Amino acid sequence: MDLSTWLIHKSLWIQAAYMLLFALVFILAFATPLAGVLTYLERRVSGKIQSRVGPNRVGPGGFLQWVADAVKLLTKEDVIPGDADKPLFRLAPYLVAMGTFLVLAVIPFGQRLVTSDLNVGVVYLIAVSGLVVVGILMSGWASNNKWSLLGGIRAAAQVISYEIPTGLSLITVVLLAGSLSLSGIVVEQSGGLGIFRWFIFHNLFSFMAFFLFFTSAIAENNRIPFDMPEAESELVSGYNTEYSGIRFAIFFLAEFAMVWIVAAISTTLFLGGWNFPGVPVDPQGFAGAAYGTVTFLIKSFALSIFILQIRWTLPRVRVDQLMAICWKYLVPLSFINVVGTAVWLVLFKGEGIYDLIAGIF
Amino acid sequence: MAEVKTDLMTLNMGPVHPSTHGVIRFVLQTDGEIIHRCVPDIGYLHRSIEKIAENLEYYQFMPFTDRVDYVAAINANLGWAVAVERFGGIEVPERGEWLRIISAELVRIGSHLVAVGSNSGDMGAVTPFLHALREREVTNDLIEELCGARLTHNYIRIGGVSFDAPTGWIDKCKRFLDNFEPALDEFDRLLTFNKIFRHRLGNVAVITERDAKDFGLVGPNLRGSGVRWDCRKDDTYGLYPEMKFEVPVGEGLMGTVGDCWDRFWLRIQEMRQSVHIIRQALDRLEAATGSVWNEKRVIKLPEGEYYVRTESARGEMGYYIVSDGGKLPVRVKIRTGSFSAMSIIEKLARGVMIADLVAIIASLDIVAPEIDR
Repeated sequence: MDLSTWLIHKSLWIQAAYMLLFALVFILAFATPLAGVLTYLERRVSGKIQSRVGPNRVGPGGFLQWVADAVKLLTKEDVIPGDADKPLFRLAPYLVAMGTFLVLAVIPFGQRLVTSDLNVGVVYLIAVSGLVVVGILMSGWASNNKWSLLGGIRAAAQVISYEIPTGLSLITVVLLAGSLSLSGIVVEQSGGLGIFRWFIFHNLFSFMAFFLFFTSAIAENNRIPFDMPEAESELVSGYNTEYSGIRFAIFFLAEFAMVWIVAAISTTLFLGGWNFPGVPVDPQGFAGAAYGTVTFLIKSFALSIFILQIRWTLPRVRVDQLMAICWKYLVPLSFINVVGTAVWLVLFKGEGIYDLIAGIF
Repeated sequence: MAEVKTDLMTLNMGPVHPSTHGVIRFVLQTDGEIIHRCVPDIGYLHRSIEKIAENLEYYQFMPFTDRVDYVAAINANLGWAVAVERFGGIEVPERGEWLRIISAELVRIGSHLVAVGSNSGDMGAVTPFLHALREREVTNDLIEELCGARLTHNYIRIGGVSFDAPTGWIDKCKRFLDNFEPALDEFDRLLTFNKIFRHRLGNVAVITERDAKDFGLVGPNLRGSGVRWDCRKDDTYGLYPEMKFEVPVGEGLMGTVGDCWDRFWLRIQEMRQSVHIIRQALDRLEAATGSVWNEKRVIKLPEGEYYVRTESARGEMGYYIVSDGGKLPVRVKIRTGSFSAMSIIEKLARGVMIADLVAIIASLDIVAPEIDR
């Protein structure tokens, strides 16, 4: 019997307990190492870019450095400023982590490897990632520190603004796929035509949508060149200035998990997810499933490394420039994109550029 | 709806803040991100160096000049040495003069690298900062081979320099110069002409020529506003008259003459000129023979008041000495570039954003110990 059907007949308390257990295992066994690997990657990539070595002492090639760091942060004193709003101060990191880790639930790692294949996956994605900004604003307010407050306010303005181009780019993909489920979107991108069935190459507008989505997702994730809420040279450390110990670690964890999540969502929506050109949609058995998952991980980590490279190459924009980029360029462009995609779909009956060219011959 | 009461927020930036470049405090009155008033509060790094000078003989004061400006210590050394030599009638051997120019220009390169590097770091680009410090590491190594110190060099002596260049040092120095110019080109490609960076610094905090003169700005900050004034050329000292180099000024390539980007670009151009100077001086050093230090046991300045200015990395560094003819100076006053730059910040930081204030501080190349002494 399937676990979910078995669980449905149990009492509410047992259901809740199982869910909690599952969430705990999931976070400990998957999300934390994921963020850890990302911190390791970030430090090594930045080391390479800055012509220095990076961590290389703990474990093979310094790979376990993140474990050592996590243990260190766990053993540190959890300082709460005297005049802080204590309940909010304590709660804020968990909201941020929740908003981040909940996104993992709908990401399809493979054909059948998805925690919850919601039929409203894309809407869910926008909804839960909106929780992050609540946590950041809360931490900025509760810290009773003016720099933190500025960071929190910047975060609120920034994330809410950039959610518009992100959402509109997502709508482009939904139009192309005809489905709100992330697995459904990936299945739509599979086929014998290789990478040209991926939505990034579907038409001109979807090509643009990928870059719009990617840019605004990085901005939502508060990374350089858009790391206004932290901006360590301006706001000391922004919203997390007053945090220490495990609470800081959770902020940190969420931020780095978000890097991978942005990459994973971009992969899912635009780069074919677990599809690899030339491999049938539903290869049989364990080997076939593992093949899809490995493909997905390779794609998403490659994109993560690209995000890291952006961070270590570019300077930061100013806060008014950040808003100008969003409202003057990204938002109008994404509106054009949505309309353009719809028109394209009507004109060419849903065929992509490659299909059209192939149709000529 | 009830009227919402709004008020300016008083924000305390410093004395320990990542981008105030040392212990300086700025009291800001902000309306959200916009600064209405910015009042610099200095004195956190005051060490009474000028008072100490009154109790030391002229040659004993040399190590303290290191601490006046520890980012470009040899330039600070040089000012004191030139001041005492010019009025104490002390000759410097030719080899010593060349070594002075070479080491001073090496330190100027190092200091400008810190300036442009920390400027880029303050703009959020950490990689160019580390690239700049990587090059500075080599200049530090070279100076270390000369005098054994990496930060507070205490290399210049009254009447020369303390040590001659070790064997093979000249070749090493030439190798560094050969590698440094491509590295600087790479830095330009990575950062200087980056679009975000240009938009962050261009047209921000414009200092007009008039303002620059009124507020007594010196060095790169003055030249960034288009005033061609360099003590090495216009009020020369040592063997600088025999060097061929140009004095770059701000041209407003990315906006207005005298904006933050101009001052940034000017420092990069000055580094190229310094490379040019060092190349010439190295050739002359190879030809020169003799000692490097005309050592004098007793140094006395005739009674009177003296002022000598030299071009430090942060502009004119002036030493004002009052002597009663004895072995100790009666009064020493040091004029430094960072101190004059501090005075204009209040004017520049009106109506700009907090991020712009960071850019202003960085582009004026403020070094805290130089302000307070």
